[in-house]
Amino acid sequence: MTVETDTSSEKFNGYSEPGRLVTGDWLQEHLGRPGLVVVESDEDVLLYETGHIPGAVKVDWHTELNDPVVRDYVDGQGFADLLGRKGISRDDTVVIYGDKNNWWAAYALWVFSLFGHEDVRLLDGGRDKWIAEGRPITTDASNPTPTDYPVVQRDDSALRAYKDDVLAHLGEGPLIDVRSPEEYDGSRTSAPAYPEEGALRGGHIPSARSVPWARAVAEDGGFRTREELDAIYRDEVGLADGDAIVAYCRIGERSSHTWFVLKHLLGFEDVRNYDGSWTEWGSAVRVPIATGADPGQAPAR
Amino acid sequence: MTEAVLPDRLAEIRDEFLELPEADRLQLLLEYSYELPPIPDELEGHPELYERVLECQSPVFIVVEVDDAGTVAMHATAPAEAPTTRGFASILAQGLTGLSAADVLAVPGDFPQTLGLTRVVSPLRISGMTGMLLRAQRQVRAKSAG
Repeated sequence: MTVETDTSSEKFNGYSEPGRLVTGDWLQEHLGRPGLVVVESDEDVLLYETGHIPGAVKVDWHTELNDPVVRDYVDGQGFADLLGRKGISRDDTVVIYGDKNNWWAAYALWVFSLFGHEDVRLLDGGRDKWIAEGRPITTDASNPTPTDYPVVQRDDSALRAYKDDVLAHLGEGPLIDVRSPEEYDGSRTSAPAYPEEGALRGGHIPSARSVPWARAVAEDGGFRTREELDAIYRDEVGLADGDAIVAYCRIGERSSHTWFVLKHLLGFEDVRNYDGSWTEWGSAVRVPIATGADPGQAPAR
Repeated sequence: MTEAVLPDRLAEIRDEFLELPEADRLQLLLEYSYELPPIPDELEGHPELYERVLECQSPVFIVVEVDDAGTVAMHATAPAEAPTTRGFASILAQGLTGLSAADVLAVPGDFPQTLGLTRVVSPLRISGMTGMLLRAQRQVRAKSAG
């Protein structure tokens, strides 16, 4: 059972899928509504325990969405077990929120989408905005009633790009690099103030345009308006309807944020997230790399 | 080769974690995060004395002092929005403070991996604590030289 969408926001109405976002007002009003499950997904694995939206369940990207051995996501059985434990049914409306302007929330939303979970939305502005607005937070444990979530095979073909897909994509369509300018030009391989996660080379995928993820974020921590986003991604970067677009970052979390913007807010139909991202590309043998501030040319075939 | 001996306080902390079922260990880490001792007044307002732990994703800064008697004190500061990092810092600040420089240097570098948190916290996050320990030891080495 799904819950009606939030139609209260003028800003949302400008997006191609206004129903993909909810406001704090809407969420607070709908808490506890049958068919609605609120999920918190953070970078910090303990942040949820310090206080969360009443009734929200936690989904951790490291320990729950990733396969424990292979660099991949859980499989259909693993996802069914996870969502069953969290009390989520296949036709529930899921609203995800988190820290860091919803990086990990967008990442979780993208993984849910790989499994075709239909109605999954983000709380605009995430955890920080909810707290800044003085909305309720609790440390009371949420005790969801387990559900029998069906085993659905993950479909990586439409929303996810592997390294070989990106190689084939070079020169065929736009690439968006959402990392910091220093990571893009090759002067460093991890985000400023982030741990080194092992890329052996610095730079970017040739022809990729640099659009740091945070450009899509407004001062209040929510997404920028449709007009502002169009000015960046269409007017400045030149993305056009019909483009097949691949976004990447360092491990795929910041690019999930941009993926959400391109796919659900701006309505580009073919947008894939390359989750291998720089930690894979920057360490792979003999893949082309460009350095400096210019995108560089896709290699000739 | 001498076997590294884990100081009592660190061994107690480790056992405290290992005695709990895996799922409850996060709660204990959270309790440690709340117990991170405040930094002493004389260090307050002196960010230049602190070393940033780059291995951690959240901004955490540590400073290690070695007094004339060779006793170590470790202080750390990390934001409330980074409870995991605060918990790691708290374990080390509580576990290393009061030890001799030699004892701190003898703490095995894999201590963070022995707390039974790797699965519930993830190896990547645990490596942040390892970075913190190694930086603390480096400071002890530098400050007890000469």
